Amino acid sequence: MSAAQTSIPEDVAKSASEARDRLNEHTLKIVHWHFSEETGSPFWLEKKAELGFDPLTDIKSFDDLKKFPNFEDEWLRGGPIQRWVPKGHAGKPVYVFETGGTTGVPKSRMVIEDHWKDYELFSDTLPDEHFPPGSNWLMLGPSGPRRLRLAVEHLAQHRGGICFCIDLDPRWVVKLIKKGWMEHLEEYKKHCIDQAVTVLTAGHDIKCMFATPKLLESLGEALEDRGTSLQEVGIKGIFSGGTEFTPQWTRFCVEELLGGPVEEGGVYMTPTYGNTLMGLACSKPISAADGYKISYYAPQPRAVTEVVSFDDYNQVVGFGETGRVKLYTLTDEFFVPGFMERDEGEREAPFDMYPWDGVSGVRPFHELASATTVGVY
Amino acid sequence: MITLQPLRWGKPYESMEIKDVVHFDTGEPIAKFGSVGGGIVARDMKQAHKARAALLKHSTADLIAMSKKAAELFEHAELPVGDSMQSVDQFVHQQSASTGLPEHMCRSNLKKNSFVLSHIDEILDCLTRGLDLDILSRGYGEEGRGVIVSYQAQTPVLGAILPNNSPGVHTLWLPAIPLQIGLALKPGSQEPWTPYRMVSAFIQAGVPAEAFGLYPGGHDAGGAIMTKTPRSMIFGSAETVAQHAGNPRVQAHGPGWSKILIGDDVVDDWELYLDVMVESVLSNSGRSCINCSGIWASRHTREIAQAIAERIGPVDVLPPTDDQAQLAAFTVPAMATGTYAMVQQDLAESGVTDMTADYGDKLIEREHCAYLRPMVVHADSPDRGVAMKEYMFPFVSVVECPQAEMLRRIGPTLVGTVLTRDPELVAAAGACVEIDRVNFGPIPTNRLNWLQPHEGNIIDFLFRSRAYQVADLPVAATA
Repeated sequence: MSAAQTSIPEDVAKSASEARDRLNEHTLKIVHWHFSEETGSPFWLEKKAELGFDPLTDIKSFDDLKKFPNFEDEWLRGGPIQRWVPKGHAGKPVYVFETGGTTGVPKSRMVIEDHWKDYELFSDTLPDEHFPPGSNWLMLGPSGPRRLRLAVEHLAQHRGGICFCIDLDPRWVVKLIKKGWMEHLEEYKKHCIDQAVTVLTAGHDIKCMFATPKLLESLGEALEDRGTSLQEVGIKGIFSGGTEFTPQWTRFCVEELLGGPVEEGGVYMTPTYGNTLMGLACSKPISAADGYKISYYAPQPRAVTEVVSFDDYNQVVGFGETGRVKLYTLTDEFFVPGFMERDEGEREAPFDMYPWDGVSGVRPFHELASATTVGVY
Repeated sequence: MITLQPLRWGKPYESMEIKDVVHFDTGEPIAKFGSVGGGIVARDMKQAHKARAALLKHSTADLIAMSKKAAELFEHAELPVGDSMQSVDQFVHQQSASTGLPEHMCRSNLKKNSFVLSHIDEILDCLTRGLDLDILSRGYGEEGRGVIVSYQAQTPVLGAILPNNSPGVHTLWLPAIPLQIGLALKPGSQEPWTPYRMVSAFIQAGVPAEAFGLYPGGHDAGGAIMTKTPRSMIFGSAETVAQHAGNPRVQAHGPGWSKILIGDDVVDDWELYLDVMVESVLSNSGRSCINCSGIWASRHTREIAQAIAERIGPVDVLPPTDDQAQLAAFTVPAMATGTYAMVQQDLAESGVTDMTADYGDKLIEREHCAYLRPMVVHADSPDRGVAMKEYMFPFVSVVECPQAEMLRRIGPTLVGTVLTRDPELVAAAGACVEIDRVNFGPIPTNRLNWLQPHEGNIIDFLFRSRAYQVADLPVAATA
């Protein structure tokens, strides 16, 4: 018996088993959708011929997805974007969300309603006490063709509020960093923060916000320079993400930026992990007692995260062990049967709230870290 | 194992991000090193004025006395460093283990830093041209000519992004403390030892702990220091220097391209200067910006290169504890292989000759580190690319160049030792703006007179001379 099996309480193990059953069932349904001539996308129907197996008959469980080659995000570069639209959704309004694109052709993902659904599920995890329904929101993150920007706006609307946004072009930020124009970078950051401060102090009764870690830090600093704080301007709840998130940064935030732990009246903050391909993974509640450890859990069965061996991307590591993060997206809009994320971390055990695998200590994959520009906004 | 944690205005901060510092040769962890992010640094910089306020409670004379005591403690005492007590021997061993420098070179750098601090009164007297330091403290004063002079501090603290593995540069920030300017330092990832030990020595000598911030971390910690302190210094590559060129808030230190120029009037006697040339190239394993990377003369250049090669070509790798060791390890082996590849490109150019080719392999690769053994190359013209190169190991190009073209062709030169009695060359070299520190006569480029400014006068960097006029207020009429 492995250490992992002994460490999971019986009731959680039972829930995990049921969740796995649901995942297997969901996998079959999604695979059939994407590989049936009537409903599948041109991309996957064309890809089917190269696979050497028939997904409609050979995929019987989630584990069978390992028969697919790893999803390559390079496939997302260039058009036509319509090749990704499942025939079953023909005629519906389609969004396109992009990543990269500082130079060259960005990677594009089509979306119909996935971003709404993901954030509605996420909304269920937000405590009303700190994200009061009906509150207005500030979206302090990238603008432009970004999933995050529209998703946060939808989250606000879903919770009965209105979302205020800023203009922030992350591609220009990356260019400034690459050019070494640090003064311009600083000025651009100020420009973004000035927009946020203006909105927050203009009487819009904003109580909730999204911010990337760096922008949250800068906003707190800017408000302090003006003799006020996130608490004083009325912020009660923040969800943060978009760039690397460390326990130490979280501790700094709680202790020095948000007015102390939430139990002592500080602003509530929850980290998230995600990307345009997968959507949004929530964090297990963080606390000082747990060393501000951040563990993410994907919105299974719509998305799954695994932590896999550096040597064999089909081999999940043991609980607590380190590996590379592998993502799966299993919705009727988009199918990703295993994508190797540019991150690594430790595999986390299921628990009552999320009875499936999680990942903690997420950081840039060590073999790619030096070539990656992280935390650009 | 010793653990070094960040220091936030004198208060240790228990970082959750701890990295191992490993021995360059064995890969064994030798210390743990906590770090902080830019947010913490930025937050602390808002309190920077308190660092200066704490120092202003002490007179400059008191702070000079404390600095001299700190020099003594730094060089000889067992001091609290991180969570441990650190002896001098432990310091030397730890520094050698993480930087790859032989231990005797670590001791030399220790003594150099201590020497500068123990003579800080003379150094400040020279850098201020005899100014009463109370004038810097008060911001204005009477210097004896019946006119008020004013020097306004431009910053409450001096920020410094210290190099990863060069223990020789710390002399540059030491004068800040007796000038009542606090310090916000980002120690190098492999050389945290000197800043930590020096700060401990200052505190033990009575300097207020709240004057010191030590912020180990990544680029964002360094970036925060530079954007949030009105005056900072950074050590880096030529690109780093170019990036900050013209920015009055930043003093950037990079490659030195230090040189020895031999005039036509003495070049036939070049053998008299061989010791000067060898020391200039080989000292401190050729790792400093003040090491000589180019020797320029109009004739005898092949003979000069051959003679230097005979002296330094045989130098081989020795254990870091060996007092005869003259080579430092590249603790990141890829730096050595990358450097060697660049040298190979230099050598491929026509007119460039490796004069050390007969002295065996140059690139010595070990399991966890690598070495580059000394190289002397001859360039038959300043047009050769190698004439403008500087590398982090004992490497020199001996360049054949007519004297009349020399000063026009040398390019940026941190230390220029000019060997000549020709008054015209002396005058021209003295006026040549490419040369920062100029030596006339047989002075090795690595021997600095600390009573003179280095890459800009730190007084001018930290203080601004300005007008300060005073008139009595008229007495108001009483009701």
